[in-house]
Amino acid sequence: MDAIVVDELRKRYKEVQALDGISFAVREGEVFGLLGPNGAGKSTTVRVLTTLTRADSGTATVAGQDVARHPNRVRRAIGYVAQDSGVDWEATGRENLLLQGRVHGMAGAPLKQRVAELLELVGLAESADRVARTYSGGMKRRLDVAIGLVHKPQVLFLDEPTTGLDPEARAAMWIEVERLAREEHLTILLTTHYLEEADRLAERVAIVSRGRIVVEGRPDDLKAGLEGELVTVELGEDDGRVAEAVAVVSAAAGAGEVHVENRFVRARVPHGAQAIPLILSALDERGHPVASVTTSRPSLDDVYLHYTGRDFAREDEEGAA
Amino acid sequence: MQTARQTGWMVVRQARNLMREPIWIAMMVIQPMLWLVLYGQLFSKVTPLRAGAGSYVEFLTPGVVCMNAFFGGTWAGMAMINDLDRHVVDRFLAAPASRLAIVLSQVVRAGITGILQAIVLLLVGLTLGVRVHGGFAGWLVVLAASFLLAMVFAGFSNGIALLLRREASMIATANFVGLPLMFLSSILVTTALMPGWIKAISRFNPVNWGVHAARNAVVAGGQWGSSGAYLAFLLAATAATSLFATWCFRSYQRSI
Repeated sequence: MDAIVVDELRKRYKEVQALDGISFAVREGEVFGLLGPNGAGKSTTVRVLTTLTRADSGTATVAGQDVARHPNRVRRAIGYVAQDSGVDWEATGRENLLLQGRVHGMAGAPLKQRVAELLELVGLAESADRVARTYSGGMKRRLDVAIGLVHKPQVLFLDEPTTGLDPEARAAMWIEVERLAREEHLTILLTTHYLEEADRLAERVAIVSRGRIVVEGRPDDLKAGLEGELVTVELGEDDGRVAEAVAVVSAAAGAGEVHVENRFVRARVPHGAQAIPLILSALDERGHPVASVTTSRPSLDDVYLHYTGRDFAREDEEGAA
Repeated sequence: MQTARQTGWMVVRQARNLMREPIWIAMMVIQPMLWLVLYGQLFSKVTPLRAGAGSYVEFLTPGVVCMNAFFGGTWAGMAMINDLDRHVVDRFLAAPASRLAIVLSQVVRAGITGILQAIVLLLVGLTLGVRVHGGFAGWLVVLAASFLLAMVFAGFSNGIALLLRREASMIATANFVGLPLMFLSSILVTTALMPGWIKAISRFNPVNWGVHAARNAVVAGGQWGSSGAYLAFLLAATAATSLFATWCFRSYQRSI
């Protein structure tokens, strides 16, 4: 059975069409990643699924319940770790968890026990009775996760769980999520704008761009779907002849797909090792200096580029601006 | 039932958070005392102001209790803005939290603060020679007036907080509302000495309802019927502003 079914959701905020007919399904017990740049519509999707906001049209069910018709049933079945921490800074970690449990109708010894268990699980047992104001960013984030888990939800929403964390805290968070998925038998919907995060954590990913799903599948399948290798040529100088150089690369490599960003020309070829000498000699012949050449296996980044025709990092910056 | 229980836990949360702010506790106790002492001294020689009360401080004490309660209420929305900014509200909204409990807990917390401050003020008043002529019942009326007044304005303040959602706007509104309502009431001056138009307006000022109820209890030690009516008005006003805040909460929900 599918834990989440999203069908043709649309939502408009004044000028922006945040969701433009987004559809996908998440199987029970899997970690599903919604991957996309800032402003793609990931968070809006999560806000609809967690009943915080209503879609203009389309339907969605979570744990078998329609989010618009039975929001309270959905709320009982889900845990929500928002992009912005919902920790009460003036309360201790334990008090934060106890209150959340009470909101879910838990009480007494079972609640206290569950809270102690969670504090242990996310490594906050020793700081449990300190006011959350004194916690580091990573600790607050782990407390957020624990808050989302108090009532043993069936589905957990992790909206950008590692944004704003330093690399060390991010790595710790990843291990945490992997363990939770295993030990708590959760369905997890993860949104992220870190390609490596989706690659590492999600069994399946859906790439979101401008309020729609562009492609979905297992990360490895998506990457394998892009055959061959990627050759990236860094041109020596920007002499106004980049377009010409691109044409040269394209012809020499026999590549179907060539993308340019600044002085970097990226071509997808069947065999990198064979294509490089051809590309280099053709560029040399026409007098285009080359600074460097690299080959790589396709990444999710390339999958994104392939399906949207846009560079992920650049779109991410634009979306954030 | 569910709503009542959740409101209770959320009040506990807010009260506990406030108790962790020593400065806040100090201000809560010291500020009303300052009002009482300063105003009490400033106007002590102007006999007509007190309208037959034993002393100006005795006349003033129920007024300052009410002033303090409604000032506290007008600022109550700051806690809501803080919760919105910290996304604590969203966290509750994605859980089966009662919407009414989220709003009511802020209102009730302000009311409880009002009661505590009223007790402090009455005790300070006693040391300054004030007598509560209504006895035990008089105390209860003063505390009830303080409780309700704080809640009337806390409901209003939380509604504004949910509409404006910015601290600066909230501060401006609280200031804009606070001082005029104080001067359009008989907190400092007996009604008999007010200009006609102020007297007319003051009849519709909830602050004044509280002042009349409390002053009856302290100075006159009687007129329970009149006090009861004023308290009933305040209860109705509390319901109205709490409804307003709940309506504003819905509008906040629609906007996210």
